[in-house]
Amino acid sequence: MKLKELPLHEYLAPGHRLCAGCGEGVTIRQILKAFSEPPIVCNATSCLEVSTTPFPYTSWRVPWLHAAFECTAAVAAGVEAAQKALIRKGRKKKWDMVLALAGDGGTYDIGLQALSGALERGHKFIYVCYTNDAYMNTGIQRSGATPKGAWTTTSPVGKVNPGKIEWQKDLMKIVVGHDIPYAATVSASYPMDLQRKMRKAIDADGPAFILALTPCPRGWRTEPHLTIELGRIAVQTCIWPLYEVDNGKYRITVRPRRKLPVEYYLRPQGRFRHLFTPKLRQDIINEIQNHVDRKWDELQKLEKL
Amino acid sequence: MTGCILAMNGDEAAAYAVKQCKPDVIAAYPITPQTIIVERLSEYVADGELDAEFIAVESEHSAMSACIGAAAAGARTYTATASQGLALMYEMLFVASSFRLPIVMSIANRALNSPLNIWNDMSDTMGARDCGWIQIYNENAQEVYDLTIQAFKIAEDHGVLLPVMVCHDGFVISHSTEGIETLRDEDVDSFLPERDPVYPLDVDHPVTMGCVGVPEYYPEIKFQQEVATQKSITKIKEIFKEFNEAFGRNYDILEPYQMDDAEIALLAIGSASGTAKVAVDLLRKKGVNIGLVKMRLFRPLPVKELQELLGSLKAVGVVDRHISFGAIGGALNMEVRAALYELRSKPHVMGFPTGLGGRDIRVEHFIKMAETLLKVAEQDSLEEDYKVAGCRGKGCIEP
Repeated sequence: MKLKELPLHEYLAPGHRLCAGCGEGVTIRQILKAFSEPPIVCNATSCLEVSTTPFPYTSWRVPWLHAAFECTAAVAAGVEAAQKALIRKGRKKKWDMVLALAGDGGTYDIGLQALSGALERGHKFIYVCYTNDAYMNTGIQRSGATPKGAWTTTSPVGKVNPGKIEWQKDLMKIVVGHDIPYAATVSASYPMDLQRKMRKAIDADGPAFILALTPCPRGWRTEPHLTIELGRIAVQTCIWPLYEVDNGKYRITVRPRRKLPVEYYLRPQGRFRHLFTPKLRQDIINEIQNHVDRKWDELQKLEKL
Repeated sequence: MTGCILAMNGDEAAAYAVKQCKPDVIAAYPITPQTIIVERLSEYVADGELDAEFIAVESEHSAMSACIGAAAAGARTYTATASQGLALMYEMLFVASSFRLPIVMSIANRALNSPLNIWNDMSDTMGARDCGWIQIYNENAQEVYDLTIQAFKIAEDHGVLLPVMVCHDGFVISHSTEGIETLRDEDVDSFLPERDPVYPLDVDHPVTMGCVGVPEYYPEIKFQQEVATQKSITKIKEIFKEFNEAFGRNYDILEPYQMDDAEIALLAIGSASGTAKVAVDLLRKKGVNIGLVKMRLFRPLPVKELQELLGSLKAVGVVDRHISFGAIGGALNMEVRAALYELRSKPHVMGFPTGLGGRDIRVEHFIKMAETLLKVAEQDSLEEDYKVAGCRGKGCIEP
């Protein structure tokens, strides 16, 4: 597959109101490029939802439904079941892929139950979680996806606490625990890797789960032009390893040539500034490095199973 | 024109009616006293008697969410719940009605925690009265059966397009077996044709559902919803009439009993109406000019019909099956009062919240309510806005 072979269609029209440099816009555009036929999209309440559908405008050239925050997997399950019944009864002609889109708040936290239920029931749909590591739509509050040490408005940097105290939830492990046919992490900074994974997800015989890291200039306190670069550094530092779990088989799909220290990822981001200034918090940086190393080793071992 | 008479309880009657209505998608979660419905429907699907997708969701919140997705995709969609389940769904109820999705939901009315109580009252659906759903209440399992079939037709009518709750009292109706006069499958088919969805999710005609409604647009969108809900009452009456004519029944949005020469009246809802009729008969024998109005349709509120039936009386006792804490008895009482308020001549309206958490409402309670109303009528003044009945406590009508 080559970049120039990607379809020319733009299911997400330009002119939406996402911020300059928003990782969601580029990621969702790439996700939609993987479909040869238009999907039906179910979207959770999120930046993407509010920025693409201010009535009477819409950026969606495909059927699109937003019901609420925590129920996207359940709504998608309903759309999938309806299609099954209607096709069986001859009231619908062809199968349309069902694509569920939700952010980290809508997936790691409030939407986890609906996701788990839908994965367990085995609906044929693709669930894409785009994580920017916090509740950005409400103004940068910590979520289960917020990494340790990150500043948010509800994990503020104070005299006692250096940003978020807890580790990020390992959502992939939870999802993989459901024994679904396909799960993968992606980054828009590696577009062809994303395309290959999305196509596998589309072809999967049952639910597929895609977890995308989508940098957020507003919430991460970064320059808009750094979005793609930060995605790349996240992969090269092994903070965001790109891998897939295809019918239970782990495979790392992008292996950094030289594993960069986590500082490369932390330093350009305002949300980690307090780890470097006014005083260097090497202790916390080391902790993060050790955590990343341990998770990376673990992933490599899983790959060998 | 009728099928066979089957022995079924209220839940089974609902499930049997749903089977005959041929839903495409059922998404439901078990909760007492509604569970029999989802069990029976699962069996129908497992036996191939019903060709539907049964989504055994992991919560009621997901049940309503899945129904929203399915109904938006064009499917005839059904669910059932009660009590805590309805409370958990609350958020999604507004979405379903705002999307104008014709979802039908059976409710086996049950009290809310705490303390945990699995028995009947109407705290659940009365708390959901402002969610934009049509609400129909039933007195017995026969009504549950008949109204469930009509609910699909009401919901899917292009002049309505609103979700409908079909309510029956937990245990009192849900678990009591009656002989149900059923309809033949082919008669249900001709009464209820296939759903004809208006704007389904369709890749050839993409729609955006659930956009952001800023203050510049939101009020107009909500106003349209209000107009549609108010207008639905005419369609509901038409569909009742069509059903009555086709199957020899006698349904209306309000059901008057002994009201022709009544001076005072009770207004009841659900299974309590049956007991109230016995009390009315007894009082009539003693020469009391009392009648009863049974409330079948609570949303949209039949204001004009309430005014016509109750406007000329001296006193009305409204029998609520829940309490609106810190207000004036129950919701039914407040709304009946509000409906009558602007009439030049109007009755005194007194509330009687009763039957909480499955406490039996007996004939004696209705007689005591009637005695209170007679005093109100005689004195032409109301001393208390409401009186809790069937409860041990100061000022209550004792059980």
